[in-house]
Amino acid sequence: MMDETIRNILAEHGHLSVDVAKIRDEDDLYQVGLTSHASVNVMLSLEDEFDVEFPEAMLRKSTFESIAAIRIALSKLTGP
Amino acid sequence: MSTGTNIRVGMDVVAVHQVADSVARFGTRYLQRIYTEHELSSCAGSPTIRAAGLAARFAAKEATIKVLRPVGHQPDWRSVEVRRQSGGFCTMALSGHAAELADQAGIADLAVSLTHEGDVAAAVVVALCHSGADAVEQSGVPVVPVHCGGAE
Repeated sequence: MMDETIRNILAEHGHLSVDVAKIRDEDDLYQVGLTSHASVNVMLSLEDEFDVEFPEAMLRKSTFESIAAIRIALSKLTGP
Repeated sequence: MSTGTNIRVGMDVVAVHQVADSVARFGTRYLQRIYTEHELSSCAGSPTIRAAGLAARFAAKEATIKVLRPVGHQPDWRSVEVRRQSGGFCTMALSGHAAELADQAGIADLAVSLTHEGDVAAAVVVALCHSGADAVEQSGVPVVPVHCGGAE
């Protein structure tokens, strides 16, 4: 469920150059067109969907570099 | 021979309509997460004009971060501020983690130029560094010393 939501958000806000369905969990999102500005929109949308707030310490490129990385970040924010 | 003075250059391009979309979609939360009060007050006018100014400022922030070369967490977007001066030109003001990164890099001065035309906004940032670290970190060949021009 979390992965599906992440993929939907990336499809809507990521402005990626490839179909999100074809992206593997570990693929580098910046290599398929994710920009800094798009990553802000992705972050804000993730906050809306999961009712969390990304702290400054998590505002690093690596947080949004892949679907797997986003999932790990969200897991830290949402808890077990 | 190296004097320990070198430059860094960063640039970025942002699509104006994407900023307009962000303002429409996320509103105040987007604006307050990214821009300072000064930046928001500097970008008045119609939604289109405002979005162009904000997009240029976002490009300047990203260009500055490229100059700062952070390893690990990024500076808060608001700690990299575009200051509009009374003469109409802009300068960069750093605070917090961004200022720390500038200190570590020996950045003594930053110059910025913003532009927007149609759906494209862009910014170039030039940093004058005194650390000398960059002069040898890439190739071992000293960098020719240069002088930075103004931001106008």
